Amino acid sequence: MTYLPHTDADREAMLAAIGVEDAADLFEAIPEAVRFPALDLPGALAELETMTELQHLSKANISADDFAWFLGAGVYNHYIPSVVNHILLRGEFYTAYTPYQPEVSQGTLQAVFEYQTMIAALTGMEVSNASHYDGATSLAEAVVTALQVAKHKRRKVILSPGVHPQYREVVRTYMQGADLDITGDKDPTHTLDDLTARLDEQTALLVVQSPNFFGQIEDINGLADKAHAAGALLCVVADPIALGLFKPPGAYGADIVVGEGQPLGIPMSFGGPYLGFFATRKAYVRHIAGRLVGETVDVEGRRGYVLTLATREQHIRRERASSNICTNQGLMALAATVYLATMGKRGLRQVAELCYHKSHHAAQQIAALDGYSVDRSKPFFKEFVVKCPKPAAEINRYLVEEWGIVGGYDLGALDPARADEMLLCVTEVNTHEEIAALVVALSEVAS
Amino acid sequence: MTQIPEDLKYTEDDEWVRVEGDTATIGITDYAQDQLSDIVYVEHPDVGAAFDQGEIFGVVESVKAAGDMHMPVGGEVVEVNEALEDEPEVVNSDPYGAGWFIKIKIADPAELDKLLDAAAYKAHCDARA
Amino acid sequence: MNDSDNVKVLEPLIYELSRPGRQAVTLPECDVPESEFPADLLRDPEDVLLPEVSQIDVVRHFVHLSQFNHGVDTGFYPLGSCTMKYNPKINEDTARLPGFARIHPLQDPLQVQGALGLMWDLQNWLAEISGMAGVSLQPAAGAQGEFSGVLMMRKYHRDRGDTRRTKIIVPDSSHGTNPATASMVGLEVIQVPSDPNGDVDRAALLSVCGDDVVGMMLTVPNTLGLFESHVQEIIEIVHGCGGLMYMDGANLNALMGIAKPGDLGFDVMHFNLHKTFSTPHGGGGPGSGPVGAAEHMLPYLPGPVVGVVEEPSDEEEAPLYGWVMPERSIGRVKSFYGNFGILVRAFTYILANGPEGLRQVSEHAVLNANYIQARLCDAYKVACERFCMHEFVAEGCWDDAPGVRALDISKRLMDFGIHPPTNYFPLIVHEALMIEPTETESKEMLDRFVEVMLQIAEEARSNPDILHSAPHNTPVRRLDEVKAAKDQVLCYGPVCGG
Repeated sequence: MTYLPHTDADREAMLAAIGVEDAADLFEAIPEAVRFPALDLPGALAELETMTELQHLSKANISADDFAWFLGAGVYNHYIPSVVNHILLRGEFYTAYTPYQPEVSQGTLQAVFEYQTMIAALTGMEVSNASHYDGATSLAEAVVTALQVAKHKRRKVILSPGVHPQYREVVRTYMQGADLDITGDKDPTHTLDDLTARLDEQTALLVVQSPNFFGQIEDINGLADKAHAAGALLCVVADPIALGLFKPPGAYGADIVVGEGQPLGIPMSFGGPYLGFFATRKAYVRHIAGRLVGETVDVEGRRGYVLTLATREQHIRRERASSNICTNQGLMALAATVYLATMGKRGLRQVAELCYHKSHHAAQQIAALDGYSVDRSKPFFKEFVVKCPKPAAEINRYLVEEWGIVGGYDLGALDPARADEMLLCVTEVNTHEEIAALVVALSEVAS
Repeated sequence: MTQIPEDLKYTEDDEWVRVEGDTATIGITDYAQDQLSDIVYVEHPDVGAAFDQGEIFGVVESVKAAGDMHMPVGGEVVEVNEALEDEPEVVNSDPYGAGWFIKIKIADPAELDKLLDAAAYKAHCDARA
Repeated sequence: MNDSDNVKVLEPLIYELSRPGRQAVTLPECDVPESEFPADLLRDPEDVLLPEVSQIDVVRHFVHLSQFNHGVDTGFYPLGSCTMKYNPKINEDTARLPGFARIHPLQDPLQVQGALGLMWDLQNWLAEISGMAGVSLQPAAGAQGEFSGVLMMRKYHRDRGDTRRTKIIVPDSSHGTNPATASMVGLEVIQVPSDPNGDVDRAALLSVCGDDVVGMMLTVPNTLGLFESHVQEIIEIVHGCGGLMYMDGANLNALMGIAKPGDLGFDVMHFNLHKTFSTPHGGGGPGSGPVGAAEHMLPYLPGPVVGVVEEPSDEEEAPLYGWVMPERSIGRVKSFYGNFGILVRAFTYILANGPEGLRQVSEHAVLNANYIQARLCDAYKVACERFCMHEFVAEGCWDDAPGVRALDISKRLMDFGIHPPTNYFPLIVHEALMIEPTETESKEMLDRFVEVMLQIAEEARSNPDILHSAPHNTPVRRLDEVKAAKDQVLCYGPVCGG
């Protein structure tokens, strides 16, 4: 069998040592009526055949290897330096478990410590945890943290309608047993002022996203003061690439900063696995979920790293734990760490600047086309909303079939009234030629 | 040897109580601090908060374990030992003295009758050894 | 070696390697006209506190770090409850195929029929293996699958107007996630004790089961590595009081082709693809925790899930797949549809093994565990009168070796290049050592482990100091966890202002 090493002689010897004749005898405890069911699955394939089958399925998808890419909406086609994947393929990293035994896990532990440092630096916060599943679950954990900081006496959370719609859905899924008032995002026209007007003594958390789901940079200056005046915390959902260019939420007084870490060296991979980053103030560290790595020394005085403050966690506190989370997204946090080390202080800024210039160039060109307009009511980073002369779905079909271009996110999927709008994303990987082709294609489809 | 002062009252959850008039000082026992080992964190309630007998009022944590602290008798918190925030290890070194947690105003002195005396608590510890 | 603060370091932090002006990768020149930045929003470039290193610095740094890790690829890893089996290399290659790695979750389903077809098959295969009626692949990890499953049970009752049910039963041997999950969902946890054989105490269960109970969470085989002797009776008791049965599938590696949870009567369960289906643990994630449902629970699955939206006109053709939200879904538990890259690996594994192969996997996992158990019976306290499943729990202490604890045995194992078993879990066993060899280890490896364990048992009497001071030849030795918890250094000082 595929990955099983035993020879017949091994089996015989082992069964003899156990004192049974047949391996089937080991399963007597299982009710006979349900023991050894048939499994209706395809027959085993050799490695070569397995690979052929998977390649076949892989080729049935349209990928960013072959198409020009302008689709973002929370998941981004950024360049991943070769170094990242080579480090991820080190078996010592990817075949290890959570670093419960620090003496044989210093590689993972130190990498996570470096990750925590980089995320704290990027977000402008004091501490970062070792990561969550993705941006959406990081936000749900931010809500849990805020409720804990308020000792569960505040029962209201205000969400900006500019927060990624799936993140808002996940917050509601997580909180369905908690009897909370989750408000603010039902009306898509709500401004930040409309949101701050809802702050009151029941509010635990105010959440805004910047750049928001529509790519716009929100004016979060002063927001923290308003939240704090009501006794609430402010959480900002951020794009980690944008943090290379724009002032971080920490500089505006945010209490929690979360976001999707996928842009940091992680492939789009049809929605996962990704990485949710989570940074906050040191004062709240005992109220946060997820793993934390801390520095210490060993018995010989050597610097080393351990999982710390573990008493918040499920394996010790059981039903009184701050979360049921067992692990972080270890390997994805490693990818982000290697990515940020590779880009470095200047490289991340360059990526962000390229995103900014290319997206603004594309926006300018598209805005000049007959029948198209671009929403420039607020500054944007790498995404912008285009109003089109035809339904976005129809335009996207044309772009794929005639031009080899995967177009923007169809906003009609969120709101049928916006079927003529798309959210276009331009990153450092889009060349001048691709942008030019997109502009020509949009012009043609309109006429 | 586990220290169990004669003049205190105890709970089965390893809290001790020192009664002075209508005020009670509360902490965790020598046995409890020994079981927890190195204490690294203590979470206090707010002054003014009121709890019923048996209700959880705080948390004490070591590296490997966390314990909820239960009210030996109901009452209102009048003082918390803020020194423990910087030096939680005092709970290990002096659990019945400088390592006290909170002082409360006792709501119903009759509840004190449900507590263990030193002999009964010693038997409780021995049973778990 | 950096020796700046007279602290010996194994490997400097990447920040300590930083020199102004270095960069590990070049980026293209801007090929479009530049636009003006909004000045008041800009960050000072010097404020982006990332290291500046060359490419060889990055590579050597992380390769050095990797060498301080123990992984399945470097040695035996009998970490109980974690199923540290071999992670086949082909899985890594298939997950990285551009048609999987470089596709976007918001693409038109027509553009990603290959990926949807893979997910459709995997949903059905997991259902077949477990005897469940359907599966959602969305949860990102076992803990999230468990959270989804308990939310489903809660919603099932509430949708029927049965709002009195606010309690959930867990055995005292359960994994800590079970009670933690239940309280996240807002349910009150009732713990039932185990009987002297390690099974659920049925009398205690009967006494708490009533019309206020949402259901019960049970791990099968249980966390002692035992197949619950009266599992069907337990399920009958819980169903009898109107509750639902949740199976924690953490230990499914013992059951493939051996018994189907659905046949046993479970209503909801989760899978850990990173345990049973060979996807790597990644140093603590990413995992994948699909959740399975019996027929009556299907409408509550988290979604969206993959469905057939159009049957093919002729049998040769594939159907058209699309996204479907289950009718009464608890909602979305993460963005998009699941950890797809992990799903590809699990799919690859099932395809490579086939039905007979999967049964062999479980049979050999159980064979290996019983072999070690049989050989350690005399030297360690183990419940040998009963066959274990894929793992078993030994007590890491002896009356004639006072002062030696499970932790010492664990640390001493590291001296032999073996990762320790799980310590101190389950909580109901004194000084627990939970040993799970998995099916991919050879008899030679198992024999070596047994010999080392026997040697350690002997050392516990003859030379306990060698256990107390272990490990001796790991990159670092025992670390001061009290210092870490008190100092709370969670970030490199010069960056975080420490």
